[in-house]
Amino acid sequence: MKSSHEGSVTFKSAEADFGLTSALGKSRSDIIAEISKSNLKGRGGAGFPTAVKWNLAAAAKGERKYVVCNADEGEPGTFKDKVILADCADLVFEGMTIAARAIGASHGILYLRGEYAYLRRSLEDVLARRRDRKLLGKAIGGKGDFDFDIEIVMGSGAYVCGEETALIESLEGNRGEPRNRPPFPVDTGYMGYPTVVNNVETLAWVAMIMGKGADWFKKTGTEKSAGSKLFSVSGDCERPGVYEFPLGVSIAELLKEVGAEDAKAVQVGGASGVCLPASQFGRKLAYEDVATGGSIIVFGPNRDILEVAANFLEFFVEESCGQCTPCRIGNYKLLETVDMLRKGCCSMNYLKEIRGLCESMQLASKCGLGQSSPNAFLSIIDNFKDEVMGR
Amino acid sequence: MLQKKFGEDVSRAPIAQRGQKVEKSEGEGIGANIKVTIDGKELRVPVGTTILDAAKQLGIRIPTLCYHEDLCVAGVCRVCVVEVEGQRTLQASCAYHVTQPVAVQTHTRKVRHARRHVIDLLLSRHYGNCYACGRNNNCELQALAKEYGVDFFRFGHLEQPLHVEDHSSHSVFRDMNKCVLCRRCVRTCIDFQEVGVYEAAHRSEETKIETFVDKPLADVVCINCGQCINRCPTAALRANDQTDDVWAAIDDPTKHVVMQTAPSPRAGIGECFGLEPGHPLTFQLNTALRLAGFDKIFDTNFAADLTIIEEGTELLQRLYAALVLKDASTALPMFTSCSPGWVKYIEHFYQEYLPHLSSCKSPQQMFGSLIKTYYAQKNNIDPASIVNVALMPCSAKKFECNRPEMCASGFKDVNYGLTTRECAKMLSEAGIDLPKMTKSDFDDPFGTATGSGVIFGATGGVMEAALRTVVELVTGVKVENFFDHADIIPVRGFEGIKYAEIPVKEVGLVPDLVKHLFQDWNWLKGAAIKVGVCHGTSYAKKVLEDIKAGGRFSECHFIEFMACPGGCLGGGGQPIPTSPAIRAARAKAIYSEDRAYSVRKSHENPAILQVYNEFLTDGPCGHKSHELLHTHYIPRGKFIP
Repeated sequence: MKSSHEGSVTFKSAEADFGLTSALGKSRSDIIAEISKSNLKGRGGAGFPTAVKWNLAAAAKGERKYVVCNADEGEPGTFKDKVILADCADLVFEGMTIAARAIGASHGILYLRGEYAYLRRSLEDVLARRRDRKLLGKAIGGKGDFDFDIEIVMGSGAYVCGEETALIESLEGNRGEPRNRPPFPVDTGYMGYPTVVNNVETLAWVAMIMGKGADWFKKTGTEKSAGSKLFSVSGDCERPGVYEFPLGVSIAELLKEVGAEDAKAVQVGGASGVCLPASQFGRKLAYEDVATGGSIIVFGPNRDILEVAANFLEFFVEESCGQCTPCRIGNYKLLETVDMLRKGCCSMNYLKEIRGLCESMQLASKCGLGQSSPNAFLSIIDNFKDEVMGR
Repeated sequence: MLQKKFGEDVSRAPIAQRGQKVEKSEGEGIGANIKVTIDGKELRVPVGTTILDAAKQLGIRIPTLCYHEDLCVAGVCRVCVVEVEGQRTLQASCAYHVTQPVAVQTHTRKVRHARRHVIDLLLSRHYGNCYACGRNNNCELQALAKEYGVDFFRFGHLEQPLHVEDHSSHSVFRDMNKCVLCRRCVRTCIDFQEVGVYEAAHRSEETKIETFVDKPLADVVCINCGQCINRCPTAALRANDQTDDVWAAIDDPTKHVVMQTAPSPRAGIGECFGLEPGHPLTFQLNTALRLAGFDKIFDTNFAADLTIIEEGTELLQRLYAALVLKDASTALPMFTSCSPGWVKYIEHFYQEYLPHLSSCKSPQQMFGSLIKTYYAQKNNIDPASIVNVALMPCSAKKFECNRPEMCASGFKDVNYGLTTRECAKMLSEAGIDLPKMTKSDFDDPFGTATGSGVIFGATGGVMEAALRTVVELVTGVKVENFFDHADIIPVRGFEGIKYAEIPVKEVGLVPDLVKHLFQDWNWLKGAAIKVGVCHGTSYAKKVLEDIKAGGRFSECHFIEFMACPGGCLGGGGQPIPTSPAIRAARAKAIYSEDRAYSVRKSHENPAILQVYNEFLTDGPCGHKSHELLHTHYIPRGKFIP
């Protein structure tokens, strides 16, 4: 498949509402079976199998159920969802409608990142058009038992609200803080009802898969990572933008495409991802190797790698919700350590302590934010040892 | 839907800080039980049990910090993490409800390291020194540091305070430098008491527990109940300490320092001296306080008896106005007014119901004004030289005695309200080992008290005492004829809300004490006195909402409200820690003291009758008693602190 830095070629080729029409001709369990067969995994970063999530929500008991589209795209260096919502909003809403049909939901919510407020009007127009065409509202597709509508709710700028339970807290009007799990949102979500939270891109792929079939989807990608994925590429490269690549593409291939063959390091997966040196550019972007939500930040030969680490940690120190101890204070301690390293006054002994702390943060933090925030720091001190310890 | 705890109603607490919906097991059948294996030991527990609870049953210790038995689960401190087989990350055992068989390890390398790191991180942002701290030796963070062998500050230590201390409140002192962000205070206030003074503000390192727009505590809707103090693991929240002022008064030879002791601190203070909860030290305390230098020791129970006479009379007056005079403006049901936390709660949140509040002062304040008038005259002491100290289980009493209207005697009626903890501190400063003291009596002229006064300390106690008196005044028949040993069981117990009806089948003659107010009781014949009892403001809210909706409690005649769970014995000035079991033990102690009194009904107290004969000569609810023993309230709403 040919890539493009203007977005997704696949999504643009979609036939309008082909996926939904096909889904409405199927039983609920057949829809989930088709998604299951496609091996689609969440495109937001965590890579949880979509069909498993849906199956749990479909089985959960509740007076009503919700489908939430997570458009809080907050990971530094990602902007693919923005492009999808601007260019292919219909596809996303179609995916939500299919999800609703599959799990028996009557309500949909698009949780839109605060900074994307300018998209809201066009999105509302798309929703209005879909209502006019009876693709939302009562008895969709003539199915008497299928009522579904979507509303848009604005986020307010907290990174942690991309975490699904914090997102739900925020939707309910509370301070955006992750909940204790279990129970999971598929069982006890928005207002206590079973709720499926899917990423924008995931839902768009759902619509594609329903339209073209699981086999079509599995033709690309690897065995464990089916399909293509959008990548947001930024940093020291000639052609930054949103690219579509089949999963399993190597970092080197990607860098060649975007004009960054001289890169010193690549941060895969945003601030919560890992920082890889040139020696590892042969690795594959796939769930089984380097997993990512799609953020690729390229660092050129002249970048100070500790400045990079400091930048990411400043981000986490700012964005930790402050609820649990390891994340709240741990990130602050990591940032302190980077400052010490930059000044050349961090002892090996202390660095060892801090590595231990990183492990505890990964294990004991309440949510994915704290569990993944040490990744960048750890990968930098491991992969760029000479530069880090050389001052 | 949204649930606060299993089986409880929806509350305002953020869900992130609540336990969540878990299917409750049906019955005790085998199918409802799930196998939990902890450190190789097996146990079957009902669905929804937490790993922490299961471990407790097995006798396996898992350390905790943000967890508190009284509160909904937060799962934020991460001290109680354990390794659950099949889970990639460690799980907070307090928040992990088992729904399928699990195998748990509580002290693997990962777990030990994580706990130690969490404690080290907390210590790195916890300002202060343990030996210069009000919670030294009674601090959960300190205990954890000891348990995990912390012998240096792995991640550093703060050299400078980050926050300004808040001394604004008469009752609660806040020092956010010591806060570990466990959010127990948030959960206590918003979920347990449903007041909602605190909330976490800002993010990350800057996260701080704040009041509304970070106003001083004295300027927000805090009701001073001090429940947050009782549950704070560190010294971030404390009662305002006035022991130095009291010592200064004792040291001043021109001052006549009078101490009144309430029943709840007497039942609880032993805990500060290493006794198990439930050992009242009433008479040992008399000896100890004299040794410490107090000139006179009186029993607050005397004033409690007085409150019963005044409040009981007021109730009969209101009933007469409503039933006989058909005065539609009479506010019924009448609410008790002896809990200052409750009084401030209603002033803030339900000001439209202020007329329902009895105009009687609390026993502390009644006693204060009597000491500076009646007692001063009788003993020829200049009231200006009297310093009234009250030993109370309560932090709100500190606010109450500072209310501007509380100076009926012409002076500040009560100078200092001391908490149980402050009193224990004074005694230990004086080298007094309280449990080893000999017993001695209270001082005259208020020496005698009744069992009715004692039970004021427990929820339902005021109601029981009032009923003992009202029933006898009206029927002329001993209350023992209706209730064995005068124990009015229906109003006892720890249920949040209680309701009882006491039928008045026969009426007797009007006793002399209230002859100036009533001619006969015939208008009460055949009636049933409907009463309600509730404790904890979350339950008070439910009762008030029920009244608003015209429910069962709107037809009550008299309702007892206590701001604190369990009544005064669970007050914000009581020894730390607190738990349902500790409060139950204190209640048991209080009821056993009641049984020990020969006189158990307020109106039979000879000292009370003497006061009405000698001083309050126009009788209960007369002119003089209104001047000295009754008060008025302020419709504060949400804006007047």
